[in-house]
Order: sequence, then C-alpha cells, then structure tokens
Amino acid sequence: MTATASQASEAPRVRTRNPLATRRGSAPGARSRRGRLAVQGFLALMALLWIFPVGYALLASFRDYAYTAEHGYFSFGGFTLQNYKDAWAQANFSQTMVNSAIVTIPAVLLTLFLSCCVAFVVARFSFRFNLALLGLFTAANLLPPQALLIPVYRMFRATEVPFWFSESGTLLNSYWGLIAVNVAFQTGFCAFVLSNYMKALPRELYESAVVDGAGVLRQFFQLTLPLCRPALAALATLEVTWIYNEFFWATVLLQSGDKFPVTSSLNNLRGEFFTDNNLVAAGSVVIALPTLVVFFVLQKQFVAGLTLGATKG
Amino acid sequence: MAKYKGINQLSGLDRVVVGLMVVVPTLLVVWLVWAPAIGSVLLSFTSWDGVGPITSAEFIGLKNYSDVVSIYPPFWPAVRHNLIWLAVMFLVATPFGMFLAVLLDRELRGTRVYQTAIYLPVVLSLALVGFIWQLIYSRDQGLINQVTGSTIDWYGDPRYNLWAALVASSWRHVGYVMLLYLAGLKGVDPSLREAAKVDGANERTTFFKVVFPVMAPINVIVLVITVIESLRAFDLAWVINKGRNGLELLGTLVTSNVVGEASRIGFGSAIATMMLVLSSFFVALYIRYIMREQS
Repeated sequence: MTATASQASEAPRVRTRNPLATRRGSAPGARSRRGRLAVQGFLALMALLWIFPVGYALLASFRDYAYTAEHGYFSFGGFTLQNYKDAWAQANFSQTMVNSAIVTIPAVLLTLFLSCCVAFVVARFSFRFNLALLGLFTAANLLPPQALLIPVYRMFRATEVPFWFSESGTLLNSYWGLIAVNVAFQTGFCAFVLSNYMKALPRELYESAVVDGAGVLRQFFQLTLPLCRPALAALATLEVTWIYNEFFWATVLLQSGDKFPVTSSLNNLRGEFFTDNNLVAAGSVVIALPTLVVFFVLQKQFVAGLTLGATKG
Repeated sequence: MAKYKGINQLSGLDRVVVGLMVVVPTLLVVWLVWAPAIGSVLLSFTSWDGVGPITSAEFIGLKNYSDVVSIYPPFWPAVRHNLIWLAVMFLVATPFGMFLAVLLDRELRGTRVYQTAIYLPVVLSLALVGFIWQLIYSRDQGLINQVTGSTIDWYGDPRYNLWAALVASSWRHVGYVMLLYLAGLKGVDPSLREAAKVDGANERTTFFKVVFPVMAPINVIVLVITVIESLRAFDLAWVINKGRNGLELLGTLVTSNVVGEASRIGFGSAIATMMLVLSSFFVALYIRYIMREQS
C-alpha cells in the first residue's frame, strides 16, 4: 500500500489545488519587459472578449425593445426594468425556479450520499471487485445520455407508480424519475473523487475507531463524513451547478409545462415568428443568476470540485 | 491494515450495512445506465416500432443499420457535423485553452481577473449559452448584423449555423480546458522546470518535452472530455432549432426519433448503439488509465 502512503500527504492539498489561488515565488525571471507586456495585453484582450457576450446580454436586458429597435444597440437610452417583469411572468419563473429546486436539491443530496457510500466501501475495504465497481460507476458518468434515451423513456413510461408519488401515474413526467436519472449519472464522478479523498485519510483513525468498538455505521457517519467536508462542499457546489444546468433529461422526461425546470423555460420567451431579444436577455440573466452566485461566491469550491477529479496522481 | 483484509472479519450487522452501501447505488446505476445501454443495443436489432408490446419485436439483424446508412437522409450530415464538431473542439478550442493556461500560469499582474473572466462561461449551461449568443447572431437584432450590415441568419442558415454553434460551444470549452490545465500546471513540480532551465532548454522545449508529458493525467482527461462532449453535443443544437436544417447531430437524431412526431425505435436505437460503441472506446481508454493509476 505504498500508494496510500503517498496519497496521504495529498489530502490537505485539496484546497491548494485551486488554480485560482496564487502561487508565490515564481517570478518570471529574466523575461523581457516587452514580452511580458505583450502577454498581458493579449490576456486582457481575451478576457474582455470572453466576458463580452455575458456583458452584452446584461446590458441588453435592461433596454426597451422599442428603443433599441429604433435607435439600434449602439445608442444610449431606453433603460428599463420592464424586461425582467415581462420575462418573469412569461417564462413563469416563479414556478420554474421552484421546479428546479425540487429536482436539484434532492438529486444533489442523494448523489452525494450514495457516492459517499460507494466511495467509503471502495476506500476502506479491499475486495477483489473494488476497482471493477469504481469502473462501473465512472464509466456510467461518461456514456452519452442520448444513447440510453429509448430504453429509459420506455421504461419510465411503463413503470406505473401510485398517484401520490407522481401525478402522471408513471415515472415519465415525474420529478422522481428525473431525480433518479440525474443521481445515477452523477454518482460515478462523485464516487471516484470521494474514494480518492477517503483513501488519503489517515488509517490510524480507523484503527483506533475499531479498537473503540465503532461499527461500520459509526465509522461512516461520525468519522468519514465529517472528515470529507471540504471535498463534499466542493462536489456539492459543482453538482448543484451541473444538475441545475441539466437540459437533456429534463427536456425529454418532463412533458407538462408546469413541471419544467428553469433551463427549459426560456423557450417560452421565444415567439414563433418574432423574438424580443431584450426579453430573452433578461430571461437569460435570471436563469444564469444562481450559477453566477456560485461563480462569484463559491468559486473556490467550484474550481476545487472540477479539478479534484482531474488532478489526482 | 490487518483489520481490513476483507468482509469476513466484519460482524453480521456490519456486513449487511456494507452490502447495502454497495448494492443500492449499484442497482440504481445498473437500472438507469447499464441496462438501458444494453437495451439500446438489443433494440437496434429488432423491428419494434414502439407501438405494440415489446414481445412483438422481431429480430431483423442489421436491417436498421443498413437502413440508417442508406435511406435516412439526415444520418450522414449528422456524422459529418459531429466530426467537424470534434475537429474544432480538439484542434482549436482545446489547444487554445491550453495556450491560455500556459500564459496565465506565468502569474503576471491581473492574472486572476483574466482567468476568472475566461472561465465564466463554464458555469452556464450550454442551453443558456445558445440563448446568450442569439443576441449576437440574430438576423434582425443581432450584434454581428448591426455592425456589419449583413442580413445573414446565423442560427438559421444551414451554411453558417454549425459554425455559429461551434463558436458558442468553443467559448465555453476553452474556459473548461483552461481551468483543467491551469490546475495541472500548478501541480507540476517546479524543480523539473529548474532542471530543464539549467540544462539550457528554452521555454518551448521545456513545455513540450518536460511539462506536457508530466501532465499526462490531465491530458487523458481533457482528451476524453473533448471527445465525449463532441459526441454527445446536443443542448446547443436543440435550443437553436432542435437539430435540423444544418445542425443535425447524432444526439439530436436519436432524440427526435424517440420524442418527435414519428417514433422510430429501431432507427433511433441503431444510431444510439453507434454512439455507444464510439464512446465506449474512449471510456475504456479512460477507465484503463485511472485503474492503472489506482493500483
């Protein structure tokens, strides 16, 4: 188990892996000043270019359609909040936001819980099929969802459930069906990341826990889960973003408009023959808002979650 | 270590707990991922039209496949579009993201602001990316046409819409790749660069001969992500025009064959199986790689 020993030193590095954190003491050395300025200018230009579409959408969202239609977008004036009011009503955001929460919150919690279970077993007990198990989950995360659509769709349509469980009477057009699919797809990634994290936890902790007579359940809930808090925070941030953004399954598995999550409600803002782009912009901003909160407030967790799985080894 | 040799040393209750911890998630994944994957493959060899009971399905061999490649008009365009998609992501977006990561890794002043701006699109869903770029591409109100005075419908015209979608998709992919490589570059042992410098290697040589090979884990992950994401590209095309008229992709073909007006299960399954086979090659590559890392 030499691998475990070398990994043990990695556990505390999870935070420092954040590439947004500044590495000190790596001054560029004897690079010419002009070259540095050129690189800086190039990066600044790229950054502006990259932020531009979002900034442009933000700006457009505050402008009156009649005004921009008459004067074009390179004008000043016509600022209004009306787009947000209209978008909120037309895209039915007060409903779809709730729908998104109904799907996202249980899906993230379940994903994290189940992947903790798998990761714990994989990390703490050495079975012969451990690696195979991890492969089974990780591969599931990578398969194209469209390729599984037909059987899942048919299966859900044929699965009858009580009406108190789903109004539609089947798993199709039911939140639980969508949650289950999301969980099944995301568990692989989280289990993989968490198992690496758990393997790096000091073995002695578990040995003394066993000496104290702690069973598997206590080792799991009272020892492992609290120690995994940083990894769980990072993964939770990432999964909230991913499941909130999930579009494919939500589009095909939910059918009645009152169940649609936020991401698929934008279509309501597009008319058949005419689209008010300022209205679409306002809707886009509203939809992006939760993820932008993640971006600005939980940036560290998000990036850590993304790179946790990638930079192992 | 002696305490954790195997399940035999656990008490009866603990054995049940451990069993449940593995079996419940496994059942879920088998039920919703692996069984459907096998189902897609099996259905692709049958004549089932989705109407009658599944027991009425007949084995028809490779007929669905030969039909798809010979008499289904959108199939070859979709294959071509997926390949173009892959080529652009792999040859343009990915190297560019890597290039930005290398520049950002120099930690010049303002680096943090730049990298934050470049990875902003990563938190947005691809569906939303489609809508945001509509403001730029739209024929009557879009930015491009306002500036250039052209009247091209960038999302609607089959000559341009794939490229328009690719620009939007690259916008997000570059940020993602940049982030992964930046993390990888931070993880490279600084003494390696020092040693290369002492040996008189210039910056380019150092990167390609020393740093890049050391980042093998990131390279594998980025390769797999790029290929898989190009293969399952769907959201963007679906929000633009449901994957028609110049934006046909394998993913949208499967979907419109199932939820669309005409449900052609055999056709859809045959395309789905092709996607599975293609992706499983890269999934296997990835799994083999991480398994080697693990053991």
